[in-house]
Amino acid sequence: MKRKHKRLTFVLVALLLLGGAAALVLSAFEENIVFFQSPSDIAAGKISDDRRFRLGGLVEEGSVDKSAGETVTFRITDTANTVRVSYTGILPDLFREGQGVVCEGRMESGVFIADEVLAKHDENYMPPEVADAIKKSGQWQGETK
Amino acid sequence: MIAELGHFALILALMVALTQGVIPLVGAQRNHAPWMQYANQSAILQFVLVAISFACLTHAYVTSDFSLVNVVQNSHSTKPMLYKVSGVWGNHEGSMLLWVLILAVFGAAVAMFGRYLPPALKARALAVQALIAVGFYLFILLTSNPFQRMFPPAQDGQDLNPLLQDPGLAFHPPMLYLGYVGFSMAFSFAIAALIEGRVDAAWARWVRPWTLAAWCFLTGGIALGSWWAYYELGWGGFWFWDPVENASFMPWLIGTALLHSCVVVEKRDTMKAWTVFLAIVAFSFSLLGTFLVRSGVLTSVHAFATDPERGVFILVLLLIVIGGSLTLYAWRAPQLKSTGVFQPISREGALLLNNLLMGTAAGVVLLGTLYPLFIDAVSGGQDKISVGPPFFNAVFIPLMTPMVAAMAVGPLLAWKRGDLARALKTLWLAMALALVFGIATWSLQSGQSPWGIVGVAIGSWLAIGTLIELADRVRLFRIPLRDSLRRLAKLPRANWGMTLAHFGLALAVFGITGAGAWKVERVQSMRPGETVNVSGYDFRFDGASEKEGPNYLITEGRFTVTKDGKLIAELAPEKRIYTVRQMPTTEAGIHTLLSGDLYAVIGDSNADGSFVTRIYFNPLVVWMWIGALTMVAGGALSLSDRRFRIGAPKRSAMPAGAQPAE
Repeated sequence: MKRKHKRLTFVLVALLLLGGAAALVLSAFEENIVFFQSPSDIAAGKISDDRRFRLGGLVEEGSVDKSAGETVTFRITDTANTVRVSYTGILPDLFREGQGVVCEGRMESGVFIADEVLAKHDENYMPPEVADAIKKSGQWQGETK
Repeated sequence: MIAELGHFALILALMVALTQGVIPLVGAQRNHAPWMQYANQSAILQFVLVAISFACLTHAYVTSDFSLVNVVQNSHSTKPMLYKVSGVWGNHEGSMLLWVLILAVFGAAVAMFGRYLPPALKARALAVQALIAVGFYLFILLTSNPFQRMFPPAQDGQDLNPLLQDPGLAFHPPMLYLGYVGFSMAFSFAIAALIEGRVDAAWARWVRPWTLAAWCFLTGGIALGSWWAYYELGWGGFWFWDPVENASFMPWLIGTALLHSCVVVEKRDTMKAWTVFLAIVAFSFSLLGTFLVRSGVLTSVHAFATDPERGVFILVLLLIVIGGSLTLYAWRAPQLKSTGVFQPISREGALLLNNLLMGTAAGVVLLGTLYPLFIDAVSGGQDKISVGPPFFNAVFIPLMTPMVAAMAVGPLLAWKRGDLARALKTLWLAMALALVFGIATWSLQSGQSPWGIVGVAIGSWLAIGTLIELADRVRLFRIPLRDSLRRLAKLPRANWGMTLAHFGLALAVFGITGAGAWKVERVQSMRPGETVNVSGYDFRFDGASEKEGPNYLITEGRFTVTKDGKLIAELAPEKRIYTVRQMPTTEAGIHTLLSGDLYAVIGDSNADGSFVTRIYFNPLVVWMWIGALTMVAGGALSLSDRRFRIGAPKRSAMPAGAQPAE
């Protein structure tokens, strides 16, 4: 193989690889990006039932119901609207009423079925959506670092 | 008084670093030996000063000096001694001090042990190191001073974040930083080489030990961090593609590529500019990792925008280092002429493929990590998205599968021009067994993810392929066995290192596959005496009791695990409340078997006396840690190869004008 051809081979392989990676990234983005919504977005009817999304806000005071054993229900609020959430599993250590939370899952007949619940797990790192949701609702007390 | 001493020592270190960043550079340019020599003395002096500073902060933590803001915010008098010490770097300010300490340690190591380095290269590399250090000293002194006093002193501290009060996480940051900062050495040598306009085999041999050491520490640090996440967070997984995890993973990917391209420069005198580029990128990713974790940009783009002091400082530092080094690269890299030529199918070609795949993988991880921040920033906070594990798995696994497949073939190809058909013929047994295992997996698992089959097949392909390569190298069964064994004993340690590291990755692939594809999870309320069956194991809940730890209260659950009536293990998962911060944490109860981990977590109690419990069977997960340890062992073994001792290699022909060392 001539030097020129060799270089061409390398360039082609590299391009092929980049092209493949780009295709992978694009298709993965299309399928796997999860949008963040607030209870108000749901009230406005922006959500279709088949799409996974993240729901964030504050856990409403007095709304946590653990009477069904491993399935917990609670309401998430952004002070304007609330959504009922059902979750089967162990809630994160820092899940508390009145605190910010992000749930991932989908809507099923008016109830948000969460398969993942995230509360902040380190005082220096909290899901960005929670911070904003709390800020928007005016209950932001600031982080004491 | 001692805190002021620490502060003062740090300021002196900045001054020393400033001079070290200028005088040796000028000296090397003018070929003035005493000025170049200055780099040695100043690097050691810098190390002594930073060590004093770090010791002062440690003293403040150990003695619980609550007149320091930093100690108040991150310590408490009742905290066990281990966490008083690890609290020094368990916070922003202290961890930055640890960062510069490690930087100074590496600088001093080059000064003391780099006897045979050409004086000009050494002087320039140490000067570049000092310039990096200047940036970090300024950052600490201007925005993150750990020695800040408060008046009046506090009665007691606010305690360290309980999640960090754990042996795994106590040593995770130092390991990780040894890795990050280790790449700064490769970076400094790359910049020095660009200034000199010269990269040769000897250069690669000097850079390689630093890269290898950094890679070993980074591998160990990442493994330690994910092990911690595994038992401490209680989510049953060990890798969540969290931005903080990705921040350490990207330098690892590029560092791995750099490690392999160094080999090509050393053996074949080609791919020079590319290797220098990788050295720059590896350290840039290390800086980016620091920026992502330390600037608060992950917490929120807006938090970053409203409290920008630290973030902007690191961002500017990042721009100067990356921008400056890439500009220098664009200017000088065309001078780095390669002499070796090679065919696409060759050892060089295989290593280049490794580089391309690793680089692409790092690129997509970067994209997935930054994309949500980007969308958030451009939409002004209106659109929020999250890019989670499904994205990364969908992209990363297809990229790594061909990579692992090629890893078994590459070492069998000759330099310059390889014979792919011969290599594949040598690997026939690996191919056959991979197929058999893949099919066996397919028939055993029903209707689950195809990646489980791929993982098993590709893992066995690499494991067996690596062993075949070793056998091929010593000509096993083709010459008398005794001669083969003699060859085996004489193999250079670097070869053993490669074999071990590749084999370790194969083991890790099994662990990742098992835990990723076949994890079984059960969540239920359990009363004492109740039993639940998970993957053939009976988990009996024996109740929970209250206990007291050194600075926390414990609710300890007890599980007895049996299989077919035979006792396998007793698990004691804990829920802890740290009294100072009133913060709960989870400690999973884990019993490790070679076939998988029995993993139990206890949650809240219900009114009827039952507890919510979460029980996992994580197949093969222990192989993940064994694999990571094997990889580190491989790196360390390769590092111990005499050829790569920092002082050992001499340049065959001294560059014109350079003084012979010593």
